[in-house]
Amino acid sequence: MPVPKQVIQDLLALSFPNDQITLRDFAGDADHYAITIVSSRFEGMSRLQRHQMVYKALSEKMIELHALSLKTLTPQEAMRE
Amino acid sequence: MSVIFKKIQQDIDENPIVLYMKGTKTVPQCGFSAILVQILTQLGLDFKAVNVLVDQELRQAIKDFSNWPTIPQLYIKGEFIGGCDIVREMFQSGELQALLKEKNLLD
Repeated sequence: MPVPKQVIQDLLALSFPNDQITLRDFAGDADHYAITIVSSRFEGMSRLQRHQMVYKALSEKMIELHALSLKTLTPQEAMRE
Repeated sequence: MSVIFKKIQQDIDENPIVLYMKGTKTVPQCGFSAILVQILTQLGLDFKAVNVLVDQELRQAIKDFSNWPTIPQLYIKGEFIGGCDIVREMFQSGELQALLKEKNLLD
């Protein structure tokens, strides 16, 4: 089910204030999003834990989206990319 | 433990690699599921594919069981590894292969 980009952006900004959040609607239908978050909050966290954190931030909106692709990086990891 | 949770536990205990996916190995019904099938196949691995599309109860139960909201889900030796993004990153970095070798599932 489509969810407006701004709704997702706002939800993520609540849990990741001042972090770099990139949101891409990769199918053009507001139902498939690729999210990249660069945050020092991820330091020391496994990929599973990082993704859990993002899923928690999106909570009930998760159920509505058809597809979600996540990339979670710390600032150092982002520099290496 | 509910009946379906017991079934999931049994599946992941009895099969070294279990992929909960949308569709089947030969006909995946979702791009993310297809990617995981491709990775496992490319590594030459034997794995059990469970199609959640044919069982609505299981489709929800596996999400509750893993505490993970999306499909596909990969289990290796009873441990939840992650979905498409995580497994793909691990495959590209070599971490997946290292993990499989450690578990004696890859030469």
